[in-house]
Amino acid sequence: MASTRHTERQWSAPASELRYRGIRPGYAVLHIATGGTIGIAAFVTLVTLVWLTLGLVPTVVGALVCGSLLLAVNSALSAVHRSRMRAFLGLHITAPSRVPSDRVLRRLRLVLTTATFWKALAYNAIVGLALFVIGVVLLAFLGAGLVCLTAPIFDTPVTLGSWGLSTQSPVTLGAVLIIGTALIVAVPPMARAVAYGDARIAIALLGRARTEELVQRVEHLAQARTGTVDAADAERRRIERDLHDGTQQRLTALAMNLGVARATLPDLTPSAQAALDQAHAEAKEALVELRGIVRGLHPAVLDDRGLDAALSGLAARSPIPVSLDVHVPQRLPRPIEAVAYFVVSEALTNVVKHSGASRAQVMARVADGRLHLRIVDDGAGGADPTTGTGLTGLRQRVASVDGELTVESPLGGPTVLEAWIPCGS
Amino acid sequence: MRVVIAEDSTLLREGLVRLLALDGIETVAAVDTAPALIDAVATLAPDLAVIDVRMPPGFSDEGIRAALEIRSRWPEVAVLILSQYVEERYAAELLSGSTRSVGYLLKDRVADVGEFLGAVRRVAAGGTALDPEVVAQLLVRRVGSPVDRLTPREHEVLSLMAQGLSNSGIATALVVSESAVAKHVNAIFAKLPLPETPTPHRRVLAVLGFLAAQKEAR
Repeated sequence: MASTRHTERQWSAPASELRYRGIRPGYAVLHIATGGTIGIAAFVTLVTLVWLTLGLVPTVVGALVCGSLLLAVNSALSAVHRSRMRAFLGLHITAPSRVPSDRVLRRLRLVLTTATFWKALAYNAIVGLALFVIGVVLLAFLGAGLVCLTAPIFDTPVTLGSWGLSTQSPVTLGAVLIIGTALIVAVPPMARAVAYGDARIAIALLGRARTEELVQRVEHLAQARTGTVDAADAERRRIERDLHDGTQQRLTALAMNLGVARATLPDLTPSAQAALDQAHAEAKEALVELRGIVRGLHPAVLDDRGLDAALSGLAARSPIPVSLDVHVPQRLPRPIEAVAYFVVSEALTNVVKHSGASRAQVMARVADGRLHLRIVDDGAGGADPTTGTGLTGLRQRVASVDGELTVESPLGGPTVLEAWIPCGS
Repeated sequence: MRVVIAEDSTLLREGLVRLLALDGIETVAAVDTAPALIDAVATLAPDLAVIDVRMPPGFSDEGIRAALEIRSRWPEVAVLILSQYVEERYAAELLSGSTRSVGYLLKDRVADVGEFLGAVRRVAAGGTALDPEVVAQLLVRRVGSPVDRLTPREHEVLSLMAQGLSNSGIATALVVSESAVAKHVNAIFAKLPLPETPTPHRRVLAVLGFLAAQKEAR
């Protein structure tokens, strides 16, 4: 959808860019001519349909059929007018979003109670009729002008109101020619002005309301962001799986074979023995490091058993005692679990690195549709939440799922890190 | 001893077969999926099944589920889980019911050949082999659990107890007198609803069983 809109904009301007000067007179005339023609037909059709609908109210089905027909005709006319704006004025008017409902009655009620329908009806019937009248007037100007200019050829007196202007006298002939020229010259600017006014009214009556446009945009952005968050999560899972199935297995096999070599190779020279011992030790170290990295990406148990189970691993691996107080009775959406795990993991890393704490407590609760995380340590405090990439990254990750993060860390402690993450349950 | 191996990485599967052969342990089947493992156990009746956790097709916890099925259908078959990660939740599931003939180790441990083969023999003989990381996770303090009522020192003692150390071993590890350890042990047994058992081994099993039950209850 985004791409079609983009291509449309390459040859038509959005509503905010409409300029009187940008309207070409020839197109303006065509614009009014088509608008007026459609307008008079639309006026007749719509008035008839409104009367029929009202008149058929006693026969419920008849009113429903006519009413539905009215809605359909009205919205089709709106579309025709919008494409007229695009064709002659290069103006792109975004259509209001459709009322979503499959049931006739419900749809009728929704449509009739929104301003969109009534505004469009006003444009299609009343403005259309006005365009027709204006079109006729402009046509009259054009016709009168042509009559004036061609009068000398046919040699007939020109009647303007009660005056008869003869083409015989040079003075009156001059007047006739001047009046004729003026009438014709006046048509293009008038047509442009009318087209401009018509376009302005159409933007207001046939376009999308500003608030609706913003609502749509916010929805669109939220969707795009959710997509980005999901994609990042999926990417982390993929990397975790690749490392688990590939590198970790190879490294394990390597360490195992080195172990077998150590256990079975007899009578090595001291230097060969030392090299083998060191290779064995390095391989085991590398395994430990790699496991730490991979688990930080996305622990598999998070998907299999949820947040509570995954936090046990974090607490057990922490070099300082961590006490858990987790009451999350149901599984949360996966991106939420991933962010929550990341928050606790980063917070505990910070505690160990910077606070000098001797113990920490992690609390997790679900209340009012939000996951509340609270990590408290008994360290020295004084953490500045505005500096440090760790906390900034944490804040961004929490914000990516519409969450909030606060850090309180008075000098002397304790440091309290809290996060609230909407989890829709 | 007859062993069935379930591991989806060819490299590791073949390595394990070689490693066990070093100690004269016979691998009667080496498979790469959980259903194939169940089939092999059903038809070959091995003494021990060595099982990877993540296997095709789902690559999540197939190994744990298969191990639980084996423990309930063929209790005489010992199971040893090997995994790149250990998780207390899986340990709790494995240990609930019985702490006999079960092992749960990080795959890293296969690098230390002697210790690993010792663990294999211990599990096959009806014992328990839990990775220190598993024990640490089982011992994580939870607000409201009896474990949370222990003092830091008692917590340390319980952790060493769960790893299978005797009172004198614990005393050496913590550089305290044996009578001090005995005092802590008494305090632990008073705070946790554990039966007093005479041998260190039975004591370990009692502790692990208790911890697993705690985790399962959540």
